[in-house]
Amino acid sequence: MRRFTLALLVSLLLVQSDAGAFCGFFVSKADTKLFNKASQVVIARSGKRTVMTLANDYQGDPAEFAMVIPVPTFIEEGQIHVGDPQVLAHLDAYTSPRLVEYHDPDPCVRAQYRQDILGAMKSAREDASRSRPQVSGEGLGVSIEASYNVGEYEILILSAKESDGLEVWLRKNGYRVPRGASQVLEGYLKQDMRFFVAKVNLKEHARQGSANLRPLQIAFESPKFMLPIRLGMLNANGPQELFVYTLTQKGRVETANYKTTKLPSGVEIPTFVKDEFGEFYRAMFDEQVRQEKMSSVFLEYAWDMGWCDPCAADPLSNEELRSLGVFWLPGGQQFRGGAAPVYVTRMHVRYDEEHFPADLVFQETGDRSNFQGRYVMRQPFAGELTCNADRYAEQVRERQEREVEMLAKLTAWEEDRIRKKVKWFRALSPNPWWEKIWN
Amino acid sequence: MANRNDPRIFQIGVLSLLLGYGVLFLDFEVEALRAAATLVSALVTQYCGSRLTRQRFDPRSALISGLSLSLLMRTDQFWLAPAGAALAIASKFVLRIRGKHLFNPTCFALVALMGMSDRVWVSAGQWGSTALFAFAVAGLGFFVTQRAARSDVTWAFLGFYTSAVIGRSIWLGEPLGVPLHGLVSGALLIFAFFMISDPKTIPDARPARVLFAGLVAATALWIQFGLYHPNALLWALAACAPAVPLLDRIFPARRYQWRALQQNPKGENHATLHPSAAGVAAARAE
Repeated sequence: MRRFTLALLVSLLLVQSDAGAFCGFFVSKADTKLFNKASQVVIARSGKRTVMTLANDYQGDPAEFAMVIPVPTFIEEGQIHVGDPQVLAHLDAYTSPRLVEYHDPDPCVRAQYRQDILGAMKSAREDASRSRPQVSGEGLGVSIEASYNVGEYEILILSAKESDGLEVWLRKNGYRVPRGASQVLEGYLKQDMRFFVAKVNLKEHARQGSANLRPLQIAFESPKFMLPIRLGMLNANGPQELFVYTLTQKGRVETANYKTTKLPSGVEIPTFVKDEFGEFYRAMFDEQVRQEKMSSVFLEYAWDMGWCDPCAADPLSNEELRSLGVFWLPGGQQFRGGAAPVYVTRMHVRYDEEHFPADLVFQETGDRSNFQGRYVMRQPFAGELTCNADRYAEQVRERQEREVEMLAKLTAWEEDRIRKKVKWFRALSPNPWWEKIWN
Repeated sequence: MANRNDPRIFQIGVLSLLLGYGVLFLDFEVEALRAAATLVSALVTQYCGSRLTRQRFDPRSALISGLSLSLLMRTDQFWLAPAGAALAIASKFVLRIRGKHLFNPTCFALVALMGMSDRVWVSAGQWGSTALFAFAVAGLGFFVTQRAARSDVTWAFLGFYTSAVIGRSIWLGEPLGVPLHGLVSGALLIFAFFMISDPKTIPDARPARVLFAGLVAATALWIQFGLYHPNALLWALAACAPAVPLLDRIFPARRYQWRALQQNPKGENHATLHPSAAGVAAARAE
C-alpha cells in the first residue's frame, strides 16, 4: 500500500511542474500483433525456479509444425504444459506502449481551469484506484495426456543419448533441419542443455477447433537465466522479432550481455497519430533499432504488477499470473492495490546473427522504478473562444511545431508529410456581436 | 605534492571521460546529484580516515573510487550511492594486512552492497559491445596502466581470460562471433584496465601478479560459466583478494608507492621507488 501511495504522490508532484500533462485517458495501445514473425516468451523466475511460456505466430499447416526446444535441464513429462493464449494476450495488452490524450481547457476561463485541475487530480486518484487488479476466472487450461500428449502438442523428450544424435534422428523422422544446426546443438549439449521436440497432434488440434497453436510452457530449475536464440536464427529469413516478458520478485530484468535501452517515452506527438498509432509504434521501433545499430534490447515496460497508470489493460489477476508460472503467489488470494510480489518487465528485441551472436543472458536488478512506453497527445481547446486568445493560439502553434519535430525524430517520417496531416490550430473567433441582433 | 605525472591524475581524467560518455551516450541513469554525493562521501570518508590514522589527506585515490562507483554502481535508492562510497573508502582503513589494504575499494563496495542489498546492481551489458568503444577504453587504459607500471597484471589477466573464453567456444563449436562479442565488452576492459590494475591491492612482485591474474581469470570463468552468476569479474576479484598477502609473502618485493614515473637514461619508464619516510607515510595513507 505504501509503495502505491508513494508512487501516486510522485505523479502528483510531477503534475505541479507540468500541469495539463498528468490527467489523460488511455486511448490506444499497440500490441505485438503489429510485428510479423514475432515470438513471445514469458519467463517467470524466482531463485533458480523458472517457468517459460513460448508462443509463436506460426501460420502454416499444423502438420508441418515442429519445434526443437533447448532447455537447461532434463525435462520430465509433468514439466510441460500448454498455456492459455488469452492470458498472454492480456499480458501483451497490459504492457503495450500506450497513447494518452489530454484536452486543453478553455484558455478563457482561468478560474474554471484551476477547478478542472483539482477535479482532474481527484479523478486521477480515482482512476488509479480503479486500476487495481480484478479477479478473473480464467484458468490455466492445462490437459496432460499419458502418452506425452500435452494439449494439441505431441512432446518428444529426448534423452541425453538420443540428443547426441539429434540431427540424425530429426532427419530420419522427416524434419527439415537447417544447415549448421548440428554445430549449435553440439555446443548446447556440451553445456548440458537438453532438448525436446514439440509437434502438433493433428487429431487433438482438430478437436480443439482453434486455428492457432497455444503457447507451450516448461517448468525447470536452473541457475541459467538465459534464452537460447541461436538455434532459431539458423532458418531465419531476415531479422526476427522477439518479445520477452519476465515476471520476477525483486525488480526489473535486463540483458547482462547486451545493452538494454529504454524506448523513448513521455513525449508529445501530433494528435493525428491517434488514428495510426500502430504504424507510429512500428516506425518508431524501426528508427530506434536503426539508431542503436540493431545492437540493443529495448525496454518497453517495467512495472509492479499491482497497478498501472494509465492502464492499457487491467493488471493480470493472481490466477492468470499463476497460470504463467508465478508459483510464489498464494493461490486464491488476490492482492489488492499496493505493491504486488510480482514485477513485470517487457523487452523487445529485433535480432539477427550478425548483431546478436550470443544467446540472451538476463539478470534481475533491484530496480523497482516504473517505466512505460507512453505517448502524449494534447488536443487544443475545440470550443468557441470568448476572449482574445492570441497568446494561447500562439502557444498551441508552437507546441504543434515541436510535436511535428518530435514525431519526425522518433519515426524518421518526413516532416513535410507530417505537416500535411497536422490539424493546425485556428482559434474560433467569437461571433460578431451583430449576428445575434436580428436572428 | 601532486605530481603532474602521477598516474592517478590520468586515471581521474579517463574515468571522468567515461562517466561523461556513459551519461550522454549510453543512457546511464546517473544523476549529477548522485554522482556528486558519491564523490563528496568518498572524500569525506578519506578525510576522516586520514585524520583518525594521523596521515596526510590525499583526495586522489578517493576521487578514483568515487568516480568508479558512479560509473559502475546502479541503485534506485539515492542514499546507497554515497553509502557505497563511504564503505569503499572505509575498507581501505579497516581491512588491512601488513600495512596494505586488502580489497580494491570500489570492488569491495560493489560486492558487499550486492551481497547485502537487493537494491544494488551492476549493469555490465550497458557498455555495449562495440569494437570502437572497446578500442578507446583499451587505449586509454593502456595509457594509465603504463604510467602506474602495473600493466603486466592487465595483460596477464586479458591473456588468460581471452584464451580461455575463445578456447571454450572452439570446444563448443561456436562461431568466433560468440566469444568476440563477450570480449569486446566495455565492462570487461574497464575491469581489466581500471580495477584489477590497482597497484595497491595486487601483489608487489611481477611473477606473483601474473599468478594473481591467472587466479582471478580462473575464478571469474568458473563463476560465469559454472555458476552462471552475473558480474563474475567483480566477485572473482573480491574472492581472490585474500590471496594477495599470501603471494606477497611467497614473492617478496618492494611495496608500491604512488610516485611519478621517470625515464631512465635508456628511455624506459620505471617507477621511482625511494623508500623515504615521507613516501612510506604517504603510501600508508592511500
